[in-house]
Amino acid sequence: MKAKLGVLAGFALVLIALFIFMDANGNWDYVLPRRGKKILAIILTGGAIAFSTMVFQTITNNRILTPSIMGLDSLYMLIQTIVVFFFGSTSLTMINKNVNFAISVSVMILFSGLLYKFLFRREGQNVYFLLLVGIICGTFFQSMSSFMEVLIDPNEFQNLSDKMFASFNNVNTDLLNLSIVCFGAIILYFMKFTKYLDVLSLGRDAAVNLGVDYDFVVKRLLIVVAILISIATALIGPITFLGLLVANVAHQFLRTHKHSILITGSILISIIALVGGQLIVERVFTFSTTISVIINFVGGVYFIYLLLKGKK
Amino acid sequence: MIEVKQLSKKYGSKYVVDDVSLTIEKGTITSFIGPNGAGKSTLLSMISRLLSKDAGEIYIDNQIVGQVKSNELAKKISILKQANHIDIRLTVRDLVSFGRFPYSQGKLTKEDWIYVDEAIEYMELEDLQDRYLDQLSGGQKQRAFIAMVLAQNTEYILLDEPLNNLDMKHSVQIMKVLRKLVDEKGKTIVIVIHDINFASFYSDHIVALKDGKIVKKGPTAEIIDSCVLKCVYDMDICIQDINENKMCVYFS
Repeated sequence: MKAKLGVLAGFALVLIALFIFMDANGNWDYVLPRRGKKILAIILTGGAIAFSTMVFQTITNNRILTPSIMGLDSLYMLIQTIVVFFFGSTSLTMINKNVNFAISVSVMILFSGLLYKFLFRREGQNVYFLLLVGIICGTFFQSMSSFMEVLIDPNEFQNLSDKMFASFNNVNTDLLNLSIVCFGAIILYFMKFTKYLDVLSLGRDAAVNLGVDYDFVVKRLLIVVAILISIATALIGPITFLGLLVANVAHQFLRTHKHSILITGSILISIIALVGGQLIVERVFTFSTTISVIINFVGGVYFIYLLLKGKK
Repeated sequence: MIEVKQLSKKYGSKYVVDDVSLTIEKGTITSFIGPNGAGKSTLLSMISRLLSKDAGEIYIDNQIVGQVKSNELAKKISILKQANHIDIRLTVRDLVSFGRFPYSQGKLTKEDWIYVDEAIEYMELEDLQDRYLDQLSGGQKQRAFIAMVLAQNTEYILLDEPLNNLDMKHSVQIMKVLRKLVDEKGKTIVIVIHDINFASFYSDHIVALKDGKIVKKGPTAEIIDSCVLKCVYDMDICIQDINENKMCVYFS
């Protein structure tokens, strides 16, 4: 198992090195800070997405769900649209990325908190009901966004559409510091819940039987997921399939139930997919496409493969 | 000792468990019997805190369930539900080792592994211990889950239809193991069971439920009785003595 993780880590490092040093031509002063920031954003996003999907799939005991099903990334788009709609793209919240980030993240956390609180107040409601409501809310947010988008000035829409597609070509580098701090804090907070993940994968009843305070733990893990998704979405935009892709590849490749290994593995796979994808975008397609197109394409193909395989 | 006082649970306006009070003595096997929908499983789930209650109290060794920390409770009482569908890749040994979670929080010590080995041996799973759960038959899987509960080493063991999916040989094997646990290790076992003959042959006490209420509770010999069973199941059941046990014949 260690060897497999080693292989993944090695592969990730090679790709990162390739990304930073390729065609540098000695212009280090120019190349290093730019590529450094980009790679940092990639690692952060990749880590956040892999981490949150893994945790989410364990909570829901379902391997074909991603946190985006709770409608979090559509909520992010709605927030952006509302800001542009009411205050214009030159308003403070749009220009100061940190303010924007803080607002988006807090609204998203508030939303997941509300979703959870509202649903778990009554007994007998399970995670699937939460998901169902999440899907409905997500669709609602999406429709609201597109409704507002058709009403606004086309130039304003142009500004907004930059945010609609995940792309590392316009990474919000201003957000990097804030994201790193948030990510670090989340990881520290998460530490004490790590041990519960393996048990949670046995399902609710078994977890309660083994002494896990289920509602307490799951609620906190869902908030962790919400924050991580917010970070990832705010940094580069929504990448729907990446989480699904890396979580399942990690399961297939590592073939273990231990979450400490699975999470590390999926983060590494995620970094490999993103750095590799970005290399292809930059070197093969020379920026004529965005990484989300590639990820969604590969992810889509993999998803169909999963469905076909599951059928047998 | 487990004490249940005026316990109720309702779904909507329908009571599935209605004002149930009972005591479960230490060192015995108690069976909950009754027709489908009698509230047996619900009762068991509430005692083991898997389900919340609407009214009443449950005391385990004079401590109120719900006021004790869940992790402490997990060292005292364990439950195995009937539907155990897991789709993670797990070997039998891995599964059994989960039983030690309340003690080790996932970091198993040598002592924990001794309990794991013991549980595997007790359920005769040595040959299967490195097999994955999805490669096992229903009966083998059930034995693996019971082994997990054994590794948890709790004084009280609650089992919801432990004989589900099992053939006669394995059913008897499991009931014998349960009997042995009570007789040799002094455990207290509560089971929900459909086969009244298994209840009759292996349990010390029987609680007969119907429509969320207790029809009658008492020593096995008092419950395995044509009148009582007629009242519980709405069936004429002929009872015959076989050696020292009572056998119910209900096929015709």
